[in-house]
Amino acid sequence: MMAVSVEEAVAMIPAGARIMVGGFMGVGTPERLLDEVVRQHKTDLSIVSNDAATPGKGIGKLFDAALVSRLTATHIGLNPKAQQQMLANQLAVDLVPQGTFAERIRAGGCGLGGVLTPTGVGTLVAEGKRQIEVDGTTFLLETAIRAQFALVHAFLADYLGNLSYALTARNFNPIMAMAADTVIVTAEHIVPVGVIAPDHVVTPAPLVDYLITNG
Amino acid sequence: MDGQTVIARRVAKELHAGDLVNLGIGIPTLVANYVPADLKVFFQSENGLIGTGPIPEQGMAHPLLTDAGGRPISALPGASTFDSAMSFGLIRGGHVDVTVLGGLQVDAHGHLANWMIPGKMVPGMGGAMDLVTGAKRVIVAMQHAAKGKSKIVARCTLPLTSTRPVSLVVTDMAVIAFSDGKASLLETAPGVSIAEVLAVTEAELVIPDTVPEMKI
Repeated sequence: MMAVSVEEAVAMIPAGARIMVGGFMGVGTPERLLDEVVRQHKTDLSIVSNDAATPGKGIGKLFDAALVSRLTATHIGLNPKAQQQMLANQLAVDLVPQGTFAERIRAGGCGLGGVLTPTGVGTLVAEGKRQIEVDGTTFLLETAIRAQFALVHAFLADYLGNLSYALTARNFNPIMAMAADTVIVTAEHIVPVGVIAPDHVVTPAPLVDYLITNG
Repeated sequence: MDGQTVIARRVAKELHAGDLVNLGIGIPTLVANYVPADLKVFFQSENGLIGTGPIPEQGMAHPLLTDAGGRPISALPGASTFDSAMSFGLIRGGHVDVTVLGGLQVDAHGHLANWMIPGKMVPGMGGAMDLVTGAKRVIVAMQHAAKGKSKIVARCTLPLTSTRPVSLVVTDMAVIAFSDGKASLLETAPGVSIAEVLAVTEAELVIPDTVPEMKI
């Protein structure tokens, strides 16, 4: 793990990058990293995130600045800007059931090619996908999702990069921290090694590549 | 009593002690208001919490404690938090006893459509498909008709949420159950006659010999 400034971290991200962003309706989102992505005007991004939040909040800021060309998400209904960009064909949106979204990312981080899920069988979600029968039940083959970068927000990070999360701000952060080539983390508090007890570490330090320094 | 209150009060009667329950947004959210204080039910919020409590008082909201719509909530003593893979493992894995969801259409087979209107409303399915596929019981809480048009239809014209039939539909006029591809009228709302229900129900309804009034 390397401690870097938010400017240095975002400078590593090229235009057109595929990026996972933690958070659920703007809660548990690495806001400082997103602000810097907007400031450095990284364009043509391919984003993997649960939702599009709302304008001005969380991942919503990237749509305000029209930086996203592809979005894989489960729900964008509360962000009219993302909807407008989708309807104007400026933004390609791949909508995925939320449980499938979580498992595809988890698979991506765990060395699996994908998962078999009953969710979506017989619906629009099944179009173009392989169906596999196991013991009489039909499942969809949903392939793994990975990204070049994961932008993760934790509650506590220690000097080694061990992470713990708070309340509903955990959401997709721990699974995204396993599913990208480069993992960049912001934390509410950075604390000495040992403050987070081993049993309370959710994301172990070796998974974290860069920790954004506070202040 | 308005229609939403009728629905919420009636759905609350379906919950039992110890149940793990997931409430959708809209009318389903109101159900929590009518669960008796002495009935211990666990409410899940799919963004990663079991043990959701009331909306916090003004000035007491925690920015990292929200419901699936991003609004502040509270956590009751004994609450637990977890990541999204765990949350949907609970849902898809059959650990959620009851989910209550809104609906756009339910058809005679019990198929639910509640996530998109092609060309008009494409917000995304969020967790709805997993909930309908995986929860032990699926209850739809919705108005019986919209602008005079029945939402209980012969066959869904909107894209399905799941091919798994729902267990029960509770509307402002009736309680309807589904089995073997048939919809049956179980109860009518207070002051609503069977004829009135039939008049705004597009799907064919089986009418048992006795159809009691909802006890709410």
